[in-house]
Amino acid sequence: MIALYDYLIVSAILFALRVAGIFLNRKNVLLLLMCIELMLLAVNINFIAFSHFLGDVQGQIFVFFILTVAAAEAAIGLAILVVLFRTRRTINVADLDTLKG
Amino acid sequence: MSFEKFLFYLFAALLIWAAGMVITRKNPVHAVLFLVLAFFNAAGLWMLAEAEFLAIALVLVYVGAVMVLFLFVVMMLDINIAELRAGFVRNAPVAFVVAAIMVVELIMVVGPARFGLDKYAAPAAKPADYNNTAELGRALFTQHIYAVEIASVILLVGIVAAISLTLRRRPATKYQDPGKQVTVKAKDRLKVIKMDAEEKA
Repeated sequence: MIALYDYLIVSAILFALRVAGIFLNRKNVLLLLMCIELMLLAVNINFIAFSHFLGDVQGQIFVFFILTVAAAEAAIGLAILVVLFRTRRTINVADLDTLKG
Repeated sequence: MSFEKFLFYLFAALLIWAAGMVITRKNPVHAVLFLVLAFFNAAGLWMLAEAEFLAIALVLVYVGAVMVLFLFVVMMLDINIAELRAGFVRNAPVAFVVAAIMVVELIMVVGPARFGLDKYAAPAAKPADYNNTAELGRALFTQHIYAVEIASVILLVGIVAAISLTLRRRPATKYQDPGKQVTVKAKDRLKVIKMDAEEKA
């Protein structure tokens, strides 16, 4: 039978890969957004697994709302990206230094 | 090994492989396509965990809408990939060391010792007439109705923000104003003037 830790380990590996991805592609805003999406997916797998093993539907409700917020976030993030590219002709994080941060 | 276990390992292996490809591909279009594969396999895992509604929602909403949006933006932007890849090799050792440490630490916490089958027994299979969508809907629209309302407001804000950010007014464009079109009267268009009759020359 599939145990709870199987799901948890899959999502741990997925989460760690995303962190590596953020390190690797830290110049490309688009790939950073994708990495955030997959981090949320890793968290969602945990919620679903716990919901299944504890026999409680509330975990799935939480995933439902995470999906809603993630969809809104992706839409706004990509809109910002398009506006950014239109004005600066780049999506390189290193070039976005107008705020002198 | 049961068929369920085989499916689990198949989906998990494909999910992790696709996730690895997303972060290492040169071409962003390939990265998005591997992201689609990763979400699809995650939906398979959710199906195995008896979360049928969310598995279908993940495929429809994520693969169908959000990933297509990503693909659309990737293809619309003219990205210089070589410049964005600078520092990839230099960062790789750090990235993989951090990732490996995280995996080892997380497995120490969530590994078989604490979350094995002896601690959390596998739940009995649901009866054939069990309806995951109905149960989810009942919880959503009774206990969590305020949260549903807030989520819908968030989506509305998302629509308004995305449109208002990317909307560009072009002053030179000619367009019709339906309000003016319907309020127009016949006398605004046709003018009857009095004049003397002209004689044929």
